[in-house]
Amino acid sequence: MTQPLLRVENLQTHFATRAGTVKAVNGVSFDLRRGEILGLVGESGSGKSVTGQSILGLVDLPGRIVGGRVLFDGEDLVTAGEKRLRAIRGRRIAMIFQDPMMTLNPVLSVETQMVEAVLAHDKVGRAEARRRSRDALGRVGIASPDERLAAYPHQFSGGMRQRVAIAIALLHSPDLILADEPTTALDVTIQAQILFEVQTLCRETGTALLWVTHDLAVVSALADRVAVMYAGRIVETGPIADVIQAPRHPYTRGLLDSVPSRNRRGVPLRSIPGMAPSALDLPQGCAFQPRCGRADAACSVMPDLAPDAHAWRCWHPHDADAQGAAA
Amino acid sequence: MTQPILAVSGLSKRFERKLDVVERFARRLGAAVDDSVLHAVSGVDLTVAEGEVVGLVGESGCGKSTLGRMVAGLLTPSDGAIHWRGTDLRDLPPAGRHEANLKIQMVFQDPMASLNPRLRVADIIGEAPVVHRLVPRRNAAEAVAEMMRTVGLDPGYMRRYPHQFSGGQRQRIGIARALAVKPDFLVCDESVAALDVSIQAQIINLFMRLREELRLTYLFISHDLGVVQHISDRTAIMYLGRIVELAPTPELFAAPNHPYAKALLDEAPRVTLEKRRFAPIRGEIPSPLNPPAGCPFHPRCPHAMPRCSQERPDLREVAPGRWSACHLNDAF
Repeated sequence: MTQPLLRVENLQTHFATRAGTVKAVNGVSFDLRRGEILGLVGESGSGKSVTGQSILGLVDLPGRIVGGRVLFDGEDLVTAGEKRLRAIRGRRIAMIFQDPMMTLNPVLSVETQMVEAVLAHDKVGRAEARRRSRDALGRVGIASPDERLAAYPHQFSGGMRQRVAIAIALLHSPDLILADEPTTALDVTIQAQILFEVQTLCRETGTALLWVTHDLAVVSALADRVAVMYAGRIVETGPIADVIQAPRHPYTRGLLDSVPSRNRRGVPLRSIPGMAPSALDLPQGCAFQPRCGRADAACSVMPDLAPDAHAWRCWHPHDADAQGAAA
Repeated sequence: MTQPILAVSGLSKRFERKLDVVERFARRLGAAVDDSVLHAVSGVDLTVAEGEVVGLVGESGCGKSTLGRMVAGLLTPSDGAIHWRGTDLRDLPPAGRHEANLKIQMVFQDPMASLNPRLRVADIIGEAPVVHRLVPRRNAAEAVAEMMRTVGLDPGYMRRYPHQFSGGQRQRIGIARALAVKPDFLVCDESVAALDVSIQAQIINLFMRLREELRLTYLFISHDLGVVQHISDRTAIMYLGRIVELAPTPELFAAPNHPYAKALLDEAPRVTLEKRRFAPIRGEIPSPLNPPAGCPFHPRCPHAMPRCSQERPDLREVAPGRWSACHLNDAF
């Protein structure tokens, strides 16, 4: 077995706040192979975005990585210096954010921004940089890229801006793209267009993709594997079809049951009672136990995640053959 | 058929932007600048029966929120009429209109933006019924407590401020505020869109329980097809300010008639076991400042005919209870 492109080992990112330490990411481990799409799913506050930011060393203060390793192609990014990280960011690992206006500078033309991104990592001429920018725009499905290069971000619609952001991410044919909710703000038809482009590109270029989202539906259609996060930990991970078909962790099961289109029309949804615990005040042991119908005394000790392909962090998992709401 | 609780006919809303000084001067010099008019909603007809849930679906900019705001009385229509229990709101004396408006309440998307952060929950929920003399001031606390229990909040939290609640609880406060004046009709504008999936399910269940308990009628506006499919009896799909298809929900989701409805349903993400190949419709929604002639969907439609770019199809009944605005239905 070859070494994975990205290996995250026991990653811990904490935020020191006045009210106490928030363990936003609390021992997260996963692997990502070349060309693979991993969906990192969780609700607000589960730590999924901070996990993505930690990989690239983009966590803002008071957040700090306090433990674990992020091995990218064998190199630990946690201990790598800022200079080394800058050489990797944008070139070998690209990032796409939810709001493309976070990526784009509103007062510079798209051409200026894209050419600058090319020149930041490659010693090429301006004409060559411009040609590559134009090609990248064409690849994400922007019509008449030559004219659009001269435009400013505000002249694009939301979906087009996100395409420009993706085009910038693709400029250096990165090995890995970290995408943080990139289609959440977009309309359904535009989202489908973006997913289509991303799917095609990953297949053609062998780029690995970490897709951070709250939307199980998008992940189920796009990803090869999925990791479900709750309160800073991965609670279940596995090949996407296995997890959707036979969720073992009660939280995963609850999430799937909460999706309206998987329930009979008009019948009350099987929702998860209660709400996510405050990250300042996590219960002892399994963080999900206050909301879990299966919890008992054993749950006051945190279960481990087995090293299997389909693994879960639970003492009382659902049976593999018991179908979820998918029936 | 019994009288519908709400009927809108030919309802339109235009937002106009007047020219500024420089532009007026430029026009005098012969430049081609005009007042720009945005047709947010154009000629919408819709009836809602008592106790019914009508889902209103569409992408951003299609006018679904503007339609909802006109129904709730927050925007004045440019054209067309709103009939409340058979009476045209324009024909009512101010007092009567006031009363009708009170019966139609609205629940918004972002509870943090729609709740006053400096008021306590007791005031947020209790203010309107006291002002409208539905509840004497000395009984306000009781009424608030009852409202909070109705929506599943602990009345003990009455003295707290909105920021002390979670997103789902805040949405419950917003619902309690709407319900406090004893409405018959709720306009829910993306009321579950900002919530996490597990919390969203709780709020959807709450809406369905309240419908039974309080005999409410809903206009449920959402971009999320799964939510609308789950909760609504009939579904209307809007595109560029017009309803393009209106049908009973199960029939519409089983076999959409309009090409836009079809495309929208195909592309809605669903939790599936198989990986999907996305095959999107091309292009984007045209600007409502400059809508295309003929059928608004024709530039993106895979079945467009020459006729589609010249003549706008009317919303017609293509089968009992099913309405669609597409020329393809004439071919047969």
